[in-house]
Amino acid sequence: MLGAGVPLAFVGIFFAWPVLAMVGRGLFVDGTLDLGGFGDVLTRPRTLRLVALTIGQAALASVICVLLGLPIAHVLYRLRFRGRWMLRALVVLPFVLPTVVVGVAFRTLLRDGGLLGGLRLDGTFAAIMLALVFFNVAVVVRTVGNTWEGLDSRQEEAARVLGAGPVRVWFSVTLPRLAPAITSAASIVFLFCSTAFGVVLVLGGSRFGTIETEIYLLTTQFLDLRAASVLSVMQLVVVVALLLLAARARGRRTAQRRVDAANAVHAPRLGDAPAIAVTLLVAVFLALPIVSLVLRSLQTADGWGLGNYIALGGTGSRNALVVPVWVALGNSLQVAVQATLIAVVIGLAASLVISRRPRSLGLRRALAGFDGALMLPLGVSAVTVGFGFLITLNQPPFDLRSSPVLVPIAQALVALPLVVRTILPVLTGIDGRLRESAAVLGSPPWRVLRDVDLAIVARPVLAASGFAFAVALGEFGATSFLSRPDRPTLPVVIFRLIGLPGGDNFGMALAASVVLAAVTVGIIALVERLRVGTMGAF
Amino acid sequence: MHTRNKKLAAAGVLLAVGLAVSSCASDAAPGAASETLVLVTHDSFTLSEGTLAQFTEETGIEVEVQALGDAGELVNKLVLTKNSPLGDVVFGIDNTFASRAVNEGVLADYASKDLTDAEAQYLLPAGSGLEQLTPIDNGDVCVNVDHEWFAEAGLDEPVTLDDLVKPEYADLFVVPAANSSSPGLAFLLATIAAFGEGEAGGDGWQGYWSKLVDNGVKIDAGWSDAYYVDFSGPSSEGDRPLVVSYASSPPFEVQEGDTEAPTGALLDTCFRQTEYAGVIAGTENAAGAEKLVDFLFSTTVQNDIPESMYVFPVNAAATLPEGWSEYAAIAENPFVVSPDDIDAGREAWLTEWAAIATP
Repeated sequence: MLGAGVPLAFVGIFFAWPVLAMVGRGLFVDGTLDLGGFGDVLTRPRTLRLVALTIGQAALASVICVLLGLPIAHVLYRLRFRGRWMLRALVVLPFVLPTVVVGVAFRTLLRDGGLLGGLRLDGTFAAIMLALVFFNVAVVVRTVGNTWEGLDSRQEEAARVLGAGPVRVWFSVTLPRLAPAITSAASIVFLFCSTAFGVVLVLGGSRFGTIETEIYLLTTQFLDLRAASVLSVMQLVVVVALLLLAARARGRRTAQRRVDAANAVHAPRLGDAPAIAVTLLVAVFLALPIVSLVLRSLQTADGWGLGNYIALGGTGSRNALVVPVWVALGNSLQVAVQATLIAVVIGLAASLVISRRPRSLGLRRALAGFDGALMLPLGVSAVTVGFGFLITLNQPPFDLRSSPVLVPIAQALVALPLVVRTILPVLTGIDGRLRESAAVLGSPPWRVLRDVDLAIVARPVLAASGFAFAVALGEFGATSFLSRPDRPTLPVVIFRLIGLPGGDNFGMALAASVVLAAVTVGIIALVERLRVGTMGAF
Repeated sequence: MHTRNKKLAAAGVLLAVGLAVSSCASDAAPGAASETLVLVTHDSFTLSEGTLAQFTEETGIEVEVQALGDAGELVNKLVLTKNSPLGDVVFGIDNTFASRAVNEGVLADYASKDLTDAEAQYLLPAGSGLEQLTPIDNGDVCVNVDHEWFAEAGLDEPVTLDDLVKPEYADLFVVPAANSSSPGLAFLLATIAAFGEGEAGGDGWQGYWSKLVDNGVKIDAGWSDAYYVDFSGPSSEGDRPLVVSYASSPPFEVQEGDTEAPTGALLDTCFRQTEYAGVIAGTENAAGAEKLVDFLFSTTVQNDIPESMYVFPVNAAATLPEGWSEYAAIAENPFVVSPDDIDAGREAWLTEWAAIATP
């Protein structure tokens, strides 16, 4: 009960209530429900275009991310080679870079006269796709990889011995077992992309409006809450439809034999060549904007040097910052640790509940609904949630509007779905008979939970923590309007620096982004080492 | 044995990071002051360290700063929370959003008693903010020009808005979008003030924008993007020597040893943004809030504003930092659109603009 209650209360208070209140503001005029807005807004040709483009770009980006992410997951989680933990950490790097910085990095490459200017992609739909894939391919690699690394490879071997070719083995043995994880990953990517904001604007040159950019414009500029509410409802409809589709696709859960990852990996062989080739290609693609960013951060007015990094210790040559970047990094780490704790505790509790298979159909449906509810925060506009906070959390016991705790809470809301989607596929894969045998052998329920569920889920929890931490560190949208100016996080500082003229400010913004990325990768790498280290433990 | 040690070490480091990080949490609580005022602002608000502490020294009142997004978000959030105000004083309402704040009744009647005739030019019209808003700073949004580029190309620099649509300046101009950037909106307003209402393909501002588009203007989503990616200035990567930015931008491109600024502002293309402070209606400490508004207008804050926020102070008694008088120019006759007209026209203008500029 508690397992379901805490996550429900969390999502209810900090997500559902603010969003409903905000939508309500737009739909209720003087206390009466006014649905006229739907007729107005939905019949505008512009609305149809926004919805189509939102679904189109999110769906296409998800497909590309899955196609590219699977071979990489194979290489990073099924092959044994030195330094693979480092690569697993590096793949998360794009995820934490501030969108405005990545936007500048991409556009510097793509503009006429840029390194890739010959492709003539600047301001096109393809440029938006490139950036969305850049940010999200890690979601697929990590979510799928985490399930994949524990899959028993003897089933594939058996199929191969019985004469199946590699293609047949992949489609009839491996793919079905990965399907739940792939669907999970694809739905997260879809949700991220459908609410992508900065990327779409910066790379599309504000030509490609989506539901998200329109809600932003209507709410923050026009204060047209009526139209914004209609679009928020549209956004919810799209998201819920996707989640239902994903739940159907995940379909019947199949028990999987999970093994110690040490026995599932193998040294690279000839058959892995295509996967390795794709991985290398994607690595080059991911590295290009990052390398150009690092190079630019090393350029100063007096030529190459570490000047921009040294400047981070101060508050900018013209007092651009309230606090040195190191202090902002400290704030960021502190908030991210809190957010990670919240997301992992709540996500684990929720996953344990969702992974149960009650006999009653009603209960099973309720669990599926609960599962979906936890995903919703990814698919609803940060503007709606943020404005909603202000009109709901203003009275005791939730008088939190100006409280610093809202920052980790908002970050945890974004990280929670990733935690659940990382842990759940592993938990649902546990053979129910394992729990039953433990119970038959006399274990009380808490011991079954501890010795079966928690023991198996320990490593995915670590992986999820690392990912949640990265998400929290990089989160900007919600953090920017909740964080206090005297205690800014690093992304907030970067955003401020890149909004000021002058080479020193620009250089510092890029140097600070490199620091943010390096620290994140360092911490994730540490977690990966820890994971590899605990291998023998179960 | 070896692996085990590494594992322990890694766990130790993580634990240490966690502890170090959470131990800083406790020192965040502000001292127990008898009175605290909440100052809500936009995200660009900063003052040098210790500036607000002077207010506390003078009055015994602590100030807690709360940022609420850009100027538009700030005003809209105040409007939404009218019945349960977010703070006592607001800073950062500009002339493009002033009417909305005033008409929605989110402000109490108070303008600083220290205002003099010298600041009259910044005051809002009576009934439209004169009684509620105190001007604090102002900055001009102008077309910036890369002097070096034009010198090298042997081309005369443009001077007016009309010059920008001439064929010799084709493909040289980049602007941030009016619907996603506040300098972008300011530039649109400058063209509306200059050319008046008309229609696309015809005359008026719509006609002017059609010509800009035909002349190859590049529209970027935000200021950072336009300035750092497409502008050709010394700290930028691009190849377009004309960009919409602030009149205060050129001083930041001046390097030590330079005798003149490598970039400049075209002073006949400017729109003036003035930012105001006011007392939020419903505050429980009106007397304290009024003191804080006076403090923001005092020379203590006004002298700090240029270096902290990159804009000009309005107080005639304030002094400008070194270099500002040399490199940061002020437009003599900036374009003006009244706050009431902006409030009434904004949505229609932006919709029309988007149809012309970002088809």
